[in-house]
Amino acid sequence: MTTMFSEFTLRNLRFTRGKLSKLARREANWGLLFLSPWIIGFFLWKFLPMIASLVFSFTSFNLLHREDVQWAGLENYIRFFGDPLAGVAIKVSLTFALISLPIGIIQPILMAALLNQKSLRWKRIFTTLFYMPKIVPMVSVVYIWQGVLNARTGWVNIALESIGIPGPDWINTVAWIYPALVLIGLWGVGDMMLYTLATMQGIPTELYEAARVDGAGAFATFWHITIPMITPIIFYNLVLSSIGILMYFLVPYVLKGPNGDPGNATWFYGMYLYKEAFAYSDMGMGATMAWILFLFAIVVTIILFSTQKYWVFYAAEEV
Amino acid sequence: MAIRTDRSTTLLSNRMRVFLFSASLTLFALIIISTYLSPFGYMTVTAIKDRSMIADPNAPILPSKEATFNYEGQELAVYLVPTEDGKVHEWAILKKGREESTFIDPTNLEAGPTEWTGRWRTLERVWSVSPVWENFSEAWKGLNMPRLLRNTLVIAITGSIGTLISCIAVAYGFSRFRIPGKNILFMALISTIILPEFVTIVPTYVVFERIGWIGTWLPLIIPHFFANAYNVFLLRQFFMTIPKELDEAAMIDGASPMRILFSVILPQSIPAIVAVGMFHFMWSWNDFFQPLLYLSTERELQPISIGIQLYNARYFAQPHMIQASSLLGLLVPIIIFFLAQRIFMQGIVFTGVEK
Repeated sequence: MTTMFSEFTLRNLRFTRGKLSKLARREANWGLLFLSPWIIGFFLWKFLPMIASLVFSFTSFNLLHREDVQWAGLENYIRFFGDPLAGVAIKVSLTFALISLPIGIIQPILMAALLNQKSLRWKRIFTTLFYMPKIVPMVSVVYIWQGVLNARTGWVNIALESIGIPGPDWINTVAWIYPALVLIGLWGVGDMMLYTLATMQGIPTELYEAARVDGAGAFATFWHITIPMITPIIFYNLVLSSIGILMYFLVPYVLKGPNGDPGNATWFYGMYLYKEAFAYSDMGMGATMAWILFLFAIVVTIILFSTQKYWVFYAAEEV
Repeated sequence: MAIRTDRSTTLLSNRMRVFLFSASLTLFALIIISTYLSPFGYMTVTAIKDRSMIADPNAPILPSKEATFNYEGQELAVYLVPTEDGKVHEWAILKKGREESTFIDPTNLEAGPTEWTGRWRTLERVWSVSPVWENFSEAWKGLNMPRLLRNTLVIAITGSIGTLISCIAVAYGFSRFRIPGKNILFMALISTIILPEFVTIVPTYVVFERIGWIGTWLPLIIPHFFANAYNVFLLRQFFMTIPKELDEAAMIDGASPMRILFSVILPQSIPAIVAVGMFHFMWSWNDFFQPLLYLSTERELQPISIGIQLYNARYFAQPHMIQASSLLGLLVPIIIFFLAQRIFMQGIVFTGVEK
């Protein structure tokens, strides 16, 4: 079993051009007709906006005074890199990525490993229940956790106090807001858990039997067989989460509003971009920030893809 | 090392060990899942609490109200009253005095009123469990739920139709036709899942603004008629599992590609189609960012995700109302999920991994 990303191969990049027979021409035309919604959509909603966004980033385009659009050259970029608030936004986003990415990678593996245990009863019910938080609307999720993490009346602090630990003010202090956001994030891994579980279930049993014959214990089996066999899905998760975390801002936006409270701790890159583009209507600056993010995301993706050959194990290619 | 000779005890103890392992593992999973889902408990319990409980630090966790006792036509407050013999009684207060008050024991009326020395203000009230279901009707009215539901349903259902039509067509094109450069097109499709949304959102917003779509439902519906990577991938995966011989047989009978799609492919793909329809419906129900951009000034047109947020901003210090509306907001997705969880979860697996 492999992921969507295994479609990224050199073989797929090969473009064969040749004269098509009349029949083949007909087939290709039908095919293109069926693909046309996506091809048109790709240009309309992805490719052209991408280019337009690059062009905007070199202008002073602001929706509030749209008559006066000037070519600004690199001015937006210079302003961005000289802006202390931009520095804060980058620092906040990277710090939070470092905290939450490892958890977002490990948590679905642990949950799937538990659900994949042969001796666990009521597996389907457990799987459904573990998945369930994923389908709760984001605003409800934030409000529920806001209540649970309330310093005085929330269940987390009531539980902590019952064992003699004074609970912190999770959502109003700089030191505890990231742990609070991580806790909220625990509810968002349902999809990754299901992918991981399906991949684990697809591991050939001969591998486990061979390990048992060699006298491997439960932990060694997990580490030397299960983990390598699920590396494609770990990789998939890593790529998607790394890009997703760069755009993270809706949860802190609903939880704390658009100003980065407490004390700039939630001044995420996405929050800054949202304010520049949609609160101040500065489309030039918004586009500049979007492209800086995009270039960074490309670099991250290339780095991740280039590490693939050292640790990601695609079983299908070996056979 | 002891050598076991009695085979039956070994067998029994082995089965016992297997059972114990299974039981303790399941118990462990039960503990984990109840912790993991406990915030739902908090939400439910808080949603049916009375307003008076919110401010009181001594209020119990379960929704309750302060107990009263009807004595000769009077509603008397019930307190926990400690007496000199070390017992604590649940007595109703009859006459309040600064240093001395009169109580009556609701379980023993014949004993008559009792004098108690002490300050009644220092006593704790007795709580009796009593959920306040009216919170939901208040939230339902305050949120204007009928309007929010109507808006959300229109946006979600039309978007789902668009997603289904376009993704089925595109997936059919990718799975069944030899097209020059198809692999490159497919890689371009997959790459769009790693294209950050922010890159396209600014110019798209500007264009929607130009053509007067801001403050309408169109930006939330029309783009979904142009297919998306996840659902095309899912349907393509599914279509590829349908044997090609079936279409070839139909083709020999003179069926057009359109006819093959409707009479061969679609009837075999009902679960995948249901899954895609549900994914879009749920996604649209939960989407917050796009309605925030395009509908923040149009109260009449807002879907539930935005409606709840505005409502709660007004009820900052009323957790019971906030939780009641959170519950109303998640009810529809949760019900749909539980009705069709098998198809839903199989579909999720199909979007992410190839078999």
